Amino acid sequence: MTSKTQALSGGFSQPVFESQSVFRMLMDGMAKPGTLCTVDLDVGQPEPLGGAAGAIALTLCDHETSVWLSAGLSQSAVAEWIGFHTGAPIIREKAEAHFAFVEAGATPASFGLFSLGSQEFPDRSTTLVIEVKALGQGPLMTLTGPGIRATQTIAVDGLPDVFMRLWADNRALFPRGVDVILTAGQKFLCLPRTTRLALQ
Amino acid sequence: MTDLATYNFAYLDEQTKRMIRRAILKAIAIPGYQVPFASREMPMPYGWGTGGVQVTAAILGPDDVLKVIDQGADDTTNAVSIRAFFQKVANVAVTTHTRDATIIQTRHRIPEEKLTEGQVLVYQVPIPEPLRFLEPRETETRKMHALEEYGLMHVKLYEDIARNGHIATTYAYPVKVAGRYVMDPSPTPKFDNPKMHMSEALQLFGAGREKRIYAVPPHTEVVSLDFEDYPFEIQKFEQPCALCGAHDVYLDEVVLDDKGGRMFVCSDTDHCEDRRDHGHAGAMLAPKKEAAE
Amino acid sequence: MYVAVKGGEAAINNAHRLLADRRRGDRSLPSVTIDQIVEQLGLAVDRVMAEASLYDRSLAALAVRQARGDMIEAIFLLRAYRTTLPRFGATVPVDTAGMKVERRISATYKDLPGGQLLGPTFDYTHRLLDPSLLSDEQVEEPVRKQAGGEEVMRVSDILAHEGLIEPDGEFPEDHEAGDLTREPMEFPMSRDLRLQALARGDEGFLLALGYSTQRGYGRNHPFVGEIRIGEVEVEMDIAELGFAVPLGRIRVTECQMVNQFKGSSKAPPQFTRGYGLVFGQSERKAMAMSLVDRALRAEELGEDIIAPAQDEEFVISHCDNVQATGFVEHLKLPHYVDFQAELGLVRKMRSDIDKARSKARSGDNLSQEAAE
Repeated sequence: MTSKTQALSGGFSQPVFESQSVFRMLMDGMAKPGTLCTVDLDVGQPEPLGGAAGAIALTLCDHETSVWLSAGLSQSAVAEWIGFHTGAPIIREKAEAHFAFVEAGATPASFGLFSLGSQEFPDRSTTLVIEVKALGQGPLMTLTGPGIRATQTIAVDGLPDVFMRLWADNRALFPRGVDVILTAGQKFLCLPRTTRLALQ
Repeated sequence: MTDLATYNFAYLDEQTKRMIRRAILKAIAIPGYQVPFASREMPMPYGWGTGGVQVTAAILGPDDVLKVIDQGADDTTNAVSIRAFFQKVANVAVTTHTRDATIIQTRHRIPEEKLTEGQVLVYQVPIPEPLRFLEPRETETRKMHALEEYGLMHVKLYEDIARNGHIATTYAYPVKVAGRYVMDPSPTPKFDNPKMHMSEALQLFGAGREKRIYAVPPHTEVVSLDFEDYPFEIQKFEQPCALCGAHDVYLDEVVLDDKGGRMFVCSDTDHCEDRRDHGHAGAMLAPKKEAAE
Repeated sequence: MYVAVKGGEAAINNAHRLLADRRRGDRSLPSVTIDQIVEQLGLAVDRVMAEASLYDRSLAALAVRQARGDMIEAIFLLRAYRTTLPRFGATVPVDTAGMKVERRISATYKDLPGGQLLGPTFDYTHRLLDPSLLSDEQVEEPVRKQAGGEEVMRVSDILAHEGLIEPDGEFPEDHEAGDLTREPMEFPMSRDLRLQALARGDEGFLLALGYSTQRGYGRNHPFVGEIRIGEVEVEMDIAELGFAVPLGRIRVTECQMVNQFKGSSKAPPQFTRGYGLVFGQSERKAMAMSLVDRALRAEELGEDIIAPAQDEEFVISHCDNVQATGFVEHLKLPHYVDFQAELGLVRKMRSDIDKARSKARSGDNLSQEAAE
């Protein structure tokens, strides 16, 4: 398949209902951080974008949301695919991104260049969708914070060590800060900025 | 003449739903913070639940079961009207039973029955800004939230005590969410405030005219503001519900005649009916039962 | 025995039926048609289009009929419909200089190029009820001047020629005109959004505010530079074509108010302006809008903000009549849960006082007894 046909193929087959069902998983996932969700749809996204990440893009992005892509994604058919299916402008400036998609192994060295919102408008911050090697296996982490009764445990494979420090720094900025959705293939889990993380 | 439109599932167009959905996700990520959103003009008046209706329309799916209450009752006219709206535009299943509902849209009450994991409570909010009556300017109240400067609110509550001997706020009683934002719980009686604390359900708040959405995730601290020497207290009723005999519920006063006759009955009609179905009877029902025997 | 009030649904349906009956009125009379409303109640239609911000005469007339002549209800109906329409893009700004004018007057010059054109105005009618309208009498054809086709010069251009008036407000090249029906409102606002809010704002509210500036609450020394009513071309840029294509013509009313000058030792003084532009023929609204627009520029022009009409947050937050009517009228919805909460508190506070009083009284008795 050429990259052009790749960019035009896929998408939701029933946009109204499929975007609603993915959104409800995202909403429940944000409300209960760390809950492992599975997207049971094939949206035909080009490599190296994962299936869950593709569905999330289709659900949340449109011409009102600018999207930043990590190097591996922006050099693939992903940019055109997102542009074609959602109408979202793909931008290079991290600070202006509503959403940022990051391929596996490319976790940014800092969240500081993304939009962190302001003290008056902390909602105006980037949501990062970061692909990892696997969810549900790998090192265990304990989650606490709003949405979690006592504690929640997650297993994530493929997050760089630096992530724990980035996340702690992000947490310290509250109410400013980014929100993160970790994806692995068809699976995802949400880490809103309120969640505290600790390695077990 | 122009062709009149046919409407999308749940009335709102998909672009509007996406915009509201993005606001909801940010609202959940910043508990108690009011996210500005581009509220649409709805086919019902501002102040009558347009915010709640937009939130419900944005989250609703074909498998949901919807309950709509106003003043705790399923059969108040505005609740009936909103429920009928969603039946018409989304063909969604509706119920009056709290425990069967996946989404409950409410005005002025939280159901008596404890909400459970997976349920969503959508509040209709008239004035989302808890500081609005102390400071009418949005530009000022936004700064106060940014700086976590809530002294004014405490001063107001304390002035109540000085003047009346009580905190004179009986509904829309301000709360602090997850230790950061002071939030208006919408005009529910303060009786309902404790139900918000560590609720298992997700609580979403929609203010259409004021264009704000905010949220309290499940298992989140919601603390009513108070003072050490004047701790927060909820309303207590001297008698149980006259129909189902329930204590510890919020009651409506029903005037029976012009000679001061009155009775008190559950404001939550579903809760009351459910209790009666399970054999509970209050003072006004008991004699009838005897007569039948 | 108390029976819970049931049957809200039946009550609502019956209310709707009665409403439909009252709307139709006496069945022996012919019902009023949409065309009749468009043709004979044209200014009502114009107001509904303006404050609903949707230019469609037939739909506005339908709304007037459906609302039984209640203007705000009609505006509400049309707005709720507007919300559901897809957006294809934004038009290029209409060029009111190229307007085919039907009315054009200036208060700042006795005569001017293009002339003073009275047009269809109530201005010099004597407000005497006209018995001829009781019957359907023949109406004379109007006298029309052959249109010359040349543009009617704008008064602001006459002043601008000498540099006597500030230029049109400008935005940076990359500024996209805002739309408060699609974006959350935020203060302070840019002037484009403010003008949009005023253009759809309530005529009565703006009229009162404009009036208040004349009476000294934020006075800004206005002169009507020009009012013009007529049709303008609406065009849209089509990216694929690379040029703007005409979509049709709309009737608008424009008012340019010339206000007291501003200047400093460095910048020579110039007149300032207030601007009003409204769908259809609505001079009162366009004039009130331009007064309020000018008042709201107080901060930009370094004036003291001392009056309601100069207070952006106050004016913009309260000028929308659909919002206002909804919130005022929502007070008739049941509030008995909250009222119960207030009742409980008032009773408790009263009983506290009674207790304190009777305690004080028995204390008095005791001391009296002791004295005896």
